[in-house]
Amino acid sequence: MNHMLTLLQATTPVPRDIPLALPLPEWLLVVLLVVSFLAHIIFVNLMLGGSILTLWAQIKGMKDKEYDTLAYEIAKTITVNKSLAVVLGVAPLLSINVLYTVYFYSANALTGLMWILIIPLVTAAFLLTYLHKYAWHKLEHNKGLHISILALAVLIFLFIPLIFLTNINLMLFPEKWGTVKGFMDALVLPNVFPRYLHFLCASLAVTGLFLFWYLGRKRYPFETHFTTITRYDIRKRMYALALGVSLFQFVLGPLVLITLPAKGVRWNLVAVILCGATAALPAMYWMWKGITGKPEDIGRNFKKVVAAMTLTVLLMASGRHVYRSNALAPHKKLMAEKTKAFELLSAEARKHPAPEGAASGVTAARPVAPGAAVFQANCASCHKKEGRLVGPPVTEMVSIYQGNVPGLKKWIRQPGKKRADYPQMPGFPQLSEQELSILTDYILSVK
Amino acid sequence: MDFPMFHLDWLNDRFLIAMIAIIHVFINHGLAVGFIPYITWLEQKGVRMAGTSSITNSEWDELVYRKMKVAFIITTTLGAMTGVGIWFSAGLISPSSIGSLIRVFYFAWFVEWLTFVTEVVLIMIYFLIWKQSNRSLKAKIRHIRFGWFLSVFSWITMCIIVSILGFMMDPGNWNTDHSLISGFTNPIYLPQLFFRTPTAMVLGGVFGMLLTTLFTARNAAWRNTALKYGARWILCWAPVSLVAAIIYYKAMPEAMRENMSTAVGTMEFAQYYDLLRYMIPASVSLVAVLGIATWIRPRAIRMWMVLIPCVAAFGFLGIFERVREFIRKPYVIGGYMYSNLLREEDYPLFKRDGLLKYATYATAGKVTPENKLSTGRDVFMLSCSRCHTTNGINSIVYVFERLYGPGKPLDENSMAAYIPNMHNGRTYMPPFPGNQEELGALVAYIKHLQLTGESLEGAQSAGVTVNPDNNMNLAEHITDTTQSK
Ligand code: HEC
Ligand code: HEC
Repeated sequence: MNHMLTLLQATTPVPRDIPLALPLPEWLLVVLLVVSFLAHIIFVNLMLGGSILTLWAQIKGMKDKEYDTLAYEIAKTITVNKSLAVVLGVAPLLSINVLYTVYFYSANALTGLMWILIIPLVTAAFLLTYLHKYAWHKLEHNKGLHISILALAVLIFLFIPLIFLTNINLMLFPEKWGTVKGFMDALVLPNVFPRYLHFLCASLAVTGLFLFWYLGRKRYPFETHFTTITRYDIRKRMYALALGVSLFQFVLGPLVLITLPAKGVRWNLVAVILCGATAALPAMYWMWKGITGKPEDIGRNFKKVVAAMTLTVLLMASGRHVYRSNALAPHKKLMAEKTKAFELLSAEARKHPAPEGAASGVTAARPVAPGAAVFQANCASCHKKEGRLVGPPVTEMVSIYQGNVPGLKKWIRQPGKKRADYPQMPGFPQLSEQELSILTDYILSVK
Repeated sequence: MDFPMFHLDWLNDRFLIAMIAIIHVFINHGLAVGFIPYITWLEQKGVRMAGTSSITNSEWDELVYRKMKVAFIITTTLGAMTGVGIWFSAGLISPSSIGSLIRVFYFAWFVEWLTFVTEVVLIMIYFLIWKQSNRSLKAKIRHIRFGWFLSVFSWITMCIIVSILGFMMDPGNWNTDHSLISGFTNPIYLPQLFFRTPTAMVLGGVFGMLLTTLFTARNAAWRNTALKYGARWILCWAPVSLVAAIIYYKAMPEAMRENMSTAVGTMEFAQYYDLLRYMIPASVSLVAVLGIATWIRPRAIRMWMVLIPCVAAFGFLGIFERVREFIRKPYVIGGYMYSNLLREEDYPLFKRDGLLKYATYATAGKVTPENKLSTGRDVFMLSCSRCHTTNGINSIVYVFERLYGPGKPLDENSMAAYIPNMHNGRTYMPPFPGNQEELGALVAYIKHLQLTGESLEGAQSAGVTVNPDNNMNLAEHITDTTQSK
């Protein structure tokens, strides 16, 4: 037996895949998935990081008015970034649905309640961010309330990625599906929390770089908003934030790698991840030089920093994918074999179906007259010879319609409503004239 | 049968999808497709009303801006999230069907996604640069032109969505022609689009009037003018909506006949269809009365007077959506996959060998006298649970009691005689997929449900049991045999 398979336990489910071809070559879908996911997650980072920084600045702003202004300026970016985060999320959702149909939907169903709660939770958080932004001046004198609105939104924003990560993690481990009962079980599987922290730090780093540019760019009328804080102060802080969390990623990264279940860890994964980490080093060096150098030079290497960080993010996202495909390869293979075997069986059964009536109430052995067969297939579920079933007995039909075949046919095609304590009988317009004739002959012959 | 079954045992699974979808349609039609042209039109009026000395009438412009703000906030929160929610809920409840549809119609959805992204970006630009563009006449005119452009764009997005809905319901073409074109050539496509367009305009107008009453004081300067413009808008569109509704109403049974391989007119369809006969004239005349009354005496209009036609107009659209839903039963993908998520072409296999043998998640692969209840539950989950609950909305006990008399003990033999033939009389249900023993287990379980009132937990809380007769060992066996060949 294939030695890779021994990694999976006997109780692992092996579902069948959707037996339809992929719409595009697999590699192209993978590229689409990785790239569109990156676009999505960058805006998620900005939305989350932006709201955390707004909260920080606004709390600081209770003492120093300038920070309140800063908070307002950052808050304006959140509502735009969040809209982009949502729309850009649809494309990776589409691609992961196609590439990992069985894995993704299975994980969704197993954490279903929490999964569907994403919709109302995110809606609520979005509404809170609008409320926070548009009530800024109205709630000027009620800062406590105003800050709580944002704090609540931040809490929700912090929770949502946990749901996504739990799903993305659970889908990698079919061997666990049989043991998971609800979201909480899936949440505590190894690796969810380290990855979550890794993601949080990335959000802060990305937001730091974004605000470095956004608040520092030439066209931004910085001096009309701020009097004591300078452009340089802000840029330095944002660099410091990005650099600080990037350093911390060097602790978290290895932790994520160590807690990854061994089944997908191979040299190709380690190589990609190490390259990603290496690409971050020059970026960190340039940031350090910016912070410690002359104020007017702080923005000098910004483009290079962004380029190096983009490379890091791309490699990390590819690493994610490499692990996923390593981890699922043996299971995917089994699934493909099983799907193929099932399709053959199904085609064979279509050619040789079980004898008609095997599943209906009649014993198949007894040969039936054609009229009786039509009756069995369409009417027997509600009518029997004597006594009420759902509708009246056949004997009653005979007494009503003896000598009135057209009347009986009309009723069967389009039944009326006669007996008050009976349900409505459905019509049978789909029966052909010939079927109807042999059916009515049969009914009226019953004695 | 290859996915853990998410199941809401009280609310009913279909209800969840329907609820999210209907909110989305309301917002899309009432606050985007029909609302943005109305807002742009009013914005343009503001420029006309202003004298040559100013760019626009600033009070008027502020009122129109505030209305747009409401639409902006709702579309970019609830509107966008319910759009994603349709995906999420369909993935939970109907994974095999949505998974199949995405594989075949990946490009259609990709295009749809591109238009969706563009629409969101355009709405953001339109709303966020509104104030800036009040600085010069040139910028204002450009802004208004942008509004018209956005209106056309949201309308095109709607055309594409309607087509996607169309090919999901079209049975003939799925097996032969997997392309987007078949959605546009669906017999109800044009009637549907023709209906949605003016109805969205009416909804947008009535909703706009409602906002006018909310945002202006009774004696405010612009209130009457704003209300009168609203009245003009809805009086213009309501007759078109009425004509379009009648055409669509007439086209529905035809589509129903073409789409359902078996029969016309189920009871439930007929009930809703009858309801429409009253709903169409009632809601259109309510809207017309509002329009005329406003036209004659705008001063007398109160918020509640607008609220009632507003609710009626949304209800009107809602009922149409409900009726349209029926056209799809008993299939989720016409002619290919039934609503119980089983493919039509696999039925002979299931009937021959039993359903459980091939189920990935089940307590056992075969029914025995000892495991009758648990396998009965599995069979229920696999073949009835997408549409029936055990004790909640449209519960299986309730539908059987309605047949055989409320409160009476259910008879297993009668149920076992009914179920294999139910698709003949009740064409909205797929045929029963299992074999004789599974049928016995199912009716025993239903009887048990009636006696105990037990409920059925879905995979989201109870987890799944991997079928002991259909797990890794079997899969490895298949692999080994194919490799040794
Ligand atoms: C879903 C259950 C159901 C099925 C299937 C069904 N019937 Fe009925 N049938 C009823 C009920 C209920 C009544 C009583 C209706 C009433 O009185 O309003 C009825 C009444 C009748 C009557 C009496 C009409 C009268 O004038 O009193 C006839 C005849 C009849 N059915 C024939 C048929 C035939 C033939 C078929 C098969 C093609 C059939 N039914 C299938 C439920 C059913
Ligand atoms: C496509 C969704 C769907 C599936 C799957 C489905 N049903 Fe139904 N069923 C319905 C609907 C809709 C009704 C009508 C409810 C009403 O009229 O209020 C119904 C009604 C019924 C009725 C009452 C029929 C009557 O004549 O009033 C019975 C009995 C029933 N279903 C049994 C079953 C059983 C058993 C299964 C599983 C083997 C099943 N159904 C699967 C949708 C479904």
